[in-house]
Amino acid sequence: MSGARRGLAEVVTVVVAGVVAFPLFWMVLTAVKPQDEVISADPVPWTLRPSLDSFVRALTVQNLGRYFLNSVIVALAVVALSMLVAFLAAAALTRLRFRGRTTMLVMLLVVQMVPVEALTVPLFFLMRSVGESVPAFGLNHLGSLVLVHLAFSLPFAIWMLRGFVAAVPVELEEAATVDGASRSVFLWRILFPLVAPGLVATSVLSFIHAWNDFLFAKTFIISAEDNQTLPLALQVFVKPDQNDWGAIMAGSTLMTIPVLVFFVLVRRKLVSGLAGSVKG
Amino acid sequence: MTAGPATRGQGRAALAYLAPALLVLVALLGYPVYQLVVISLYDYGQEQVSGGAPLTFLGLANYGTLLGSAKFWSVLGQTVGFAAVCVVGSLALGTALAVLATRVRPWARGALFLAALGAWATPAVAGSTIWLFLFDANFGLVNSLLGLDGFSWTYGKWTAFGLVAAEVVWCSFPFVMITLFAGIRAIPPEVLEAAALDGASAWRTARSVVLPLLRPLLVVVTIQSIIWDFKVFTQVYVMTGGGGIAGRNLVLNVYAYQEAFAASEYGLGSAIGVVMTLILLAVTGFYLRALRRSGEVL
Repeated sequence: MSGARRGLAEVVTVVVAGVVAFPLFWMVLTAVKPQDEVISADPVPWTLRPSLDSFVRALTVQNLGRYFLNSVIVALAVVALSMLVAFLAAAALTRLRFRGRTTMLVMLLVVQMVPVEALTVPLFFLMRSVGESVPAFGLNHLGSLVLVHLAFSLPFAIWMLRGFVAAVPVELEEAATVDGASRSVFLWRILFPLVAPGLVATSVLSFIHAWNDFLFAKTFIISAEDNQTLPLALQVFVKPDQNDWGAIMAGSTLMTIPVLVFFVLVRRKLVSGLAGSVKG
Repeated sequence: MTAGPATRGQGRAALAYLAPALLVLVALLGYPVYQLVVISLYDYGQEQVSGGAPLTFLGLANYGTLLGSAKFWSVLGQTVGFAAVCVVGSLALGTALAVLATRVRPWARGALFLAALGAWATPAVAGSTIWLFLFDANFGLVNSLLGLDGFSWTYGKWTAFGLVAAEVVWCSFPFVMITLFAGIRAIPPEVLEAAALDGASAWRTARSVVLPLLRPLLVVVTIQSIIWDFKVFTQVYVMTGGGGIAGRNLVLNVYAYQEAFAASEYGLGSAIGVVMTLILLAVTGFYLRALRRSGEVL
């Protein structure tokens, strides 16, 4: 390609990148603007008086810190549990021969396509009855959200981890067996550290899944406001005709930054993991 | 644990390793799917939930009500139309930008990918509120730039759907772009050089060489996008305040939620859920066939 055409392509690329990133820029900018600039009829794309008032309002008046913590608890519990369970399942599905293995793999692919949103009603009733015997996991408790997101992130996590486990050479396992390592020693001491990059990539997706959830938090946490998560808490600021846009954007920023940081940190592993899972 | 002929020891170990996953999946996915079908066959309202009235078995009556109502068909039409716009939008944008990304130097590509990762990583609720604010009637930047003081984008049916679709395309094109970019990069340069030596134009090369090689990947991202966009909930719910004024912006998902939890018609809401699941399972069938054709070995 000639230099001029490539130059043009690069200008277009940068302009597109700017447009795509603009909503995020506007979010952060609005969050640090003073209140009077936020509700100006002629907004300007800069501020000369940056202020953290909106963050303070979001965190104190609306107690956003509490909801942030709830979201962190749910997301981390989901990540820890699903990585453990998915690792074991992926190891079995990749390394062991047993009857029904292919059927299970097909099932894992099919259940990924079940519209989880459609299951809101039966899951609501399930959590209601679970709560009668196991309180922390019933309605109005964070445990119900952990259970649901664990189930929803598992099929994909297993499917994705399978590729990473398969990439570990069989010879390594044979050598370990010759050296007298038992199956569980191989599993935890050798296989687990080797698929750690895959666990990182997979856990980001599980984390986002749980972190982003709006529907189930809305359905399960009905009356215990203190157990609400961040996506629902943000809605508290949205009132007809009197939105506190500064606080909403501060809250959105607090909600987006952790995910963004995660994404950027693991982007290479994430992309290769995705490519792997698309290819199978 | 070496993959070899099946032995009893391996079978037992496999069961032990798979038990936690199976337990969770059966209890929290399998059983609810079964329950969804069961509830859809009953008259299940507020009174039945609180135990004040006995359950009445209706058979397929909820489905009859649903399929006989004009509202269901208009919501189904809206859902398909909305999903189609989002799918076409994110595929067109994702493909165009993936091609563009192969033609620029790494610094420009890096900027584009970083912006796309940002859009991708933004939680649905946060993305929805940012777009709402950009298009806010009084304090939004867009109205200020266009001189449309006080114009409400979320009031009219089509502007509201358009705004939600724009947000959905914004956060879902990065998946298409990054996947297709990887696909284009995987095409051996010799193939393209051979085409150039034979005197093929850029357009001809794209149509006769690149497209056939990318087809399996294109099928996968298309069907993933269909599945994804057909069941958008958060964006529609948040941006239109639960489905728009008088339910003008309902899609199946939000409709099912409103019937079940706002109107306490759990049976009817579940029937909508079953219909949605059947439609998506049909799409999944195509997906599996496409995967098999692209050489996927299970």
